[in-house]
Amino acid sequence: MNRITLNVLVVDDEQGMTSGAERCLRRFIAKDENIKDEISFAVSTASSGKEALDFLEKNNVDIMLLDYKLPDMNGIEILEKVSDKKILTIVITAFASLDVAITATKKGAFDFLAKPFTPEELRNSVRKAATSIYSMRMLKILEEEKKSIRFEFISVLAHELKSPISAVEGYLKLIDERIKGNDVSAYDTMIKRSIERLNSMRKLIIDIIDLTKLESNRKVRNIERINLAQSVKSIIDGFENQAKERNIKIITDIKDVFINADAGDIEMLVSNMVSNGIKYNKDGGEVKIIVDSEGEFTKLIFSDTGIGIKQEDLDKLFKEFVRIKNEQTRTIEGSGLGLSIVKKIVDFYDGKINIESEFGKGTSFTLYLKSKPPCD
Amino acid sequence: MSKKKILIVDDDTDMIEQTKAYLESIGYSVFEAYSQKEAEELIEQGEFDAAVVDLMLENPDSGFVLSSKIKKKFPQKPVIMITSVGKETGIFFDKRNDTGNWIKADVVIQKDLRFEQLEKELEKLLEKK
Ligand SMILES: Nc1ncnc2c1ncn2[C@@H]1O[C@H](COP(=O)(O)OP(=O)(O)OP(=O)(O)O)[C@@H](O)[C@H]1O
Ligand SMILES: [Mg+2]
Repeated sequence: MNRITLNVLVVDDEQGMTSGAERCLRRFIAKDENIKDEISFAVSTASSGKEALDFLEKNNVDIMLLDYKLPDMNGIEILEKVSDKKILTIVITAFASLDVAITATKKGAFDFLAKPFTPEELRNSVRKAATSIYSMRMLKILEEEKKSIRFEFISVLAHELKSPISAVEGYLKLIDERIKGNDVSAYDTMIKRSIERLNSMRKLIIDIIDLTKLESNRKVRNIERINLAQSVKSIIDGFENQAKERNIKIITDIKDVFINADAGDIEMLVSNMVSNGIKYNKDGGEVKIIVDSEGEFTKLIFSDTGIGIKQEDLDKLFKEFVRIKNEQTRTIEGSGLGLSIVKKIVDFYDGKINIESEFGKGTSFTLYLKSKPPCD
Repeated sequence: MSKKKILIVDDDTDMIEQTKAYLESIGYSVFEAYSQKEAEELIEQGEFDAAVVDLMLENPDSGFVLSSKIKKKFPQKPVIMITSVGKETGIFFDKRNDTGNWIKADVVIQKDLRFEQLEKELEKLLEKK
């Protein structure tokens, strides 16, 4: 909890009024269910319009308590003169006429207080103004945060897109210079790496599109009753070759479980998990996929006998672009978006993810999903 | 005359592949290490005439550590450190303003590395020896 002090200027030609207001606010702390911090008030006073304007010229004021009738000018004139400043003005008037209220509101008054008022009424009005200032400030902070997160995301993305381009460009230049002579086969590795880098760049772009769709809630979903047994099996079939290449066994224990979900979500989720299970495995290893239900949840377990994840790295996994760097993962391509996508999907189905991992031994991800009400 | 042996340390597979191809084309033989740990083993064996190390490997200061390890064991062997820290942070490491002499490498080259520049530096350093 922070302590915030707002500057209040009380403008009135009646000495009793200014000192009364000052006394009333001096020890006042504005609290409200929407305010996480403590707001207190520093009160200054002015006894004429000119004095008030001079003060406003030189000082920062957040809230102004302004008597409508001053000896040298009226409240409207002052409101007009300070309209470019971000001051919340509470107009104090003895004759609470509708006319005055309308004009003053048009000129930007925040609230009215009819004389005579109780200290409680004064505090209430000031509290209202303070809450409003507070939420505007919070909103601004939030927007700044959003901007900086977005900036960070885009910088990393730009870097991730630039680096395959530089790598491929580097290879092409060397090939162009016939750096390894005229025998084309000497360039096999260079060509293969270039293709790999371009492929993973394409995958990065597709992942970014998926992720932004999920994030912006723009994804058009078609929620239908899905037999997970069928869909999971067919997604796994797509990985058969990739697994065979490295002699990795895919084992399944899949019950007939039904879920109301979007088929595209299930596809993205399962294929990202199986892809990781294979990619971060050891040659000759195993990936096991279990589909079952547990209470109101549908449970999917993806476990592997792969390289494992260190305890200290577990928390980072779901953040965009995070890839764990070590000797085992050095040659494995990826954009670090797979698990962020998985997390977003699991969140959409009000689920949760548990991870158990032993470095060097293997990892097990348990995903829980809830059925969505079907679309009508 | 036998080929001069260069040890390159970088965690970027493509960077190693490309540097290696270039250096081999101008008559060096190249050994590679992909991590500080791997490099430390190769340094121990000492089978190289010069080393080119990337600053950031598994630790952000891997390049510093490796340079100083090499220089401690083989004060004569030239070490070139490659870094992109300057481009990313605006803090440029440079031998000229390293008054405390804590950069043990002979030369610091900023990324994006041009191979011709690396070639020139290697030539200069190996000749001096
Ligand atoms: N089954 C696993 N075993 C070990 N490490 C894993 C496993 N799954 C993920 N990781 C680690 O978590 C990181 C993030 O995974 P994620 O799926 O988000 O990205 P990626 O696989 O690197 O790239 P992408 O999936 O976008 O192609 C990986 O880089 C890897 O280091
Ligand atoms: Mg992945």
